[in-house]
Amino acid sequence: MSEPMTAAERVAIARHHQRPNAQEIFDFLFTDLFIQRGDRLAGEDESILGGIARFHGRPVTVIATRKGRTLDENIKYNFGMPSPEGYRKALRLMHQAQKFRRPIFTFIDTPGAYPGMEAEERGQGEAIARNLMEMSRLTVPIFVTVTGEGNSGGALALGVGDRVLMLENAVYSILSPEGFATILWKDSSRHGQACELMRLTAPDLKRLGIIDEIIPEPAGGAHLAPDIALRALDEALVRNLKAVSRQSGEALAAGRYRKFRQMGTPPKEDQ
Amino acid sequence: MTSIFAQRRQKLLAMKAFRDGQTHAPTAGTVCPGCGQTVGAGTLAQTQYVCPQCGYHMPLGSYYRLSTILDAGSFRELNSRLTSTDPLHFPDYAAKLEATRRKTGLNEAVVTALGSVDGQKCVIGVLDGRFFLGSMSAAVGEKITRAIEFAAKSKLPLILFSASGGARMQEGILSLMQMAKTSAALARFDEKGGFFLSILTNPTTGGVTASFASLGDVILAEPGALIGFAGPRVIEQTIGQTLPEGFQRAEFQLEHGFVDAVVPRSELRSTISRLLALHGKGGRNE
Repeated sequence: MSEPMTAAERVAIARHHQRPNAQEIFDFLFTDLFIQRGDRLAGEDESILGGIARFHGRPVTVIATRKGRTLDENIKYNFGMPSPEGYRKALRLMHQAQKFRRPIFTFIDTPGAYPGMEAEERGQGEAIARNLMEMSRLTVPIFVTVTGEGNSGGALALGVGDRVLMLENAVYSILSPEGFATILWKDSSRHGQACELMRLTAPDLKRLGIIDEIIPEPAGGAHLAPDIALRALDEALVRNLKAVSRQSGEALAAGRYRKFRQMGTPPKEDQ
Repeated sequence: MTSIFAQRRQKLLAMKAFRDGQTHAPTAGTVCPGCGQTVGAGTLAQTQYVCPQCGYHMPLGSYYRLSTILDAGSFRELNSRLTSTDPLHFPDYAAKLEATRRKTGLNEAVVTALGSVDGQKCVIGVLDGRFFLGSMSAAVGEKITRAIEFAAKSKLPLILFSASGGARMQEGILSLMQMAKTSAALARFDEKGGFFLSILTNPTTGGVTASFASLGDVILAEPGALIGFAGPRVIEQTIGQTLPEGFQRAEFQLEHGFVDAVVPRSELRSTISRLLALHGKGGRNE
């Protein structure tokens, strides 16, 4: 583990342009990857990458929000900001995973759902809501890893899992710190202050019971030695997959419900 | 037979509704945000706060809304004392909560209740825009989840009126997780055959749109209500242009297939009653 850092420093690392992205994570963790495209309703959204692959030999479904390495790639992938088609493709893949009893691995690194006109016209809110509802009742194991920045409902739409892991310098929050500062103080330049107040770092989220496990990164961040962080992630995913492998589908869904059900339950109760 | 308890419940709701009415429209009359004309408070009380000139639907407080929907004497509030505990110890939040509680007489941004519409029992929740813009605190998510679970357990239909700016910023990630929590509770309610009627009022945005509000078996909207995930200002900043007239309004959502009907306030109660009747008791009798 590296030395303690401020939340703002972690946000910078989480957004680093060399941070391992969806393609690199898939290439490292999985073999025999077959990419699936389209939501079968309206279109294909390249800001979500998904398909079938093997994890240590076993067929699994993999889904990730995707950022690019170059500007061209980022324009193609909309800087990792999905549209409804992306979320609906993800749901299609998850339903297939259920049909073929494949465990699901999702990876989150997104500034948030795309706030554009077309996304609204095609029901961005509905697409996210539907994923939350359906993910909560799937009867195959779901492993979520927040790898970079996970902002807003656009991140959570891939985040309802049995185990939620987080890379040490990843951040996960209700909104980008800039958006947060704009809403609360009408001043996006106070994002540094927002970072410190939002409890968006992995250690904070572990304490709050939002995530289950922190994956250590090399000093300075995963971009400096991606293999070290990804090897630790691989080890953690193997261990977590093994831990749930004996549970029935119903027990998994029930456990997942309990997990999210207790989040934010106030200690002071009236009945 | 009207029991003495039912009478007292009715008095309590009437009192709270009256207080709500007073916060909407001062006695001196109010300026309609739709047409800019001054409308008398007496007139507004008669039209359920719909402008008689232009039909603009003004926001309603939770108790007032409940008084327009539920049968007299049927209102029984659920989890009324549940309120935000400032879980992240966010600066100034506790004081602001206290001030808002005092000003509105509400404990949180949602009121949930058991009641009936034309004798048909149901569980009903109403978000209130006067309390932190109806935003989803952990306590709001908890109250809604308990209402859903209560409806599932007692095999009753569920009605939720949304009016929300989205997440409660001061509760950060805990607010975000309420989206998953409420949606997961609805999945279970759905599996039990429960009927969920979602009613979208001005404004329904952010995390509320991206969770329970969009998951109704039937979704209704009030005329002119702003309904969307991203707020109009955020979209305008992102795309660098102004949005067309009517973008994200109830009628726009109807056209794009995201609501079943746009129903004026004067017809809402009868529409709800009809839908409840069409779904029977709500919840499969297993």
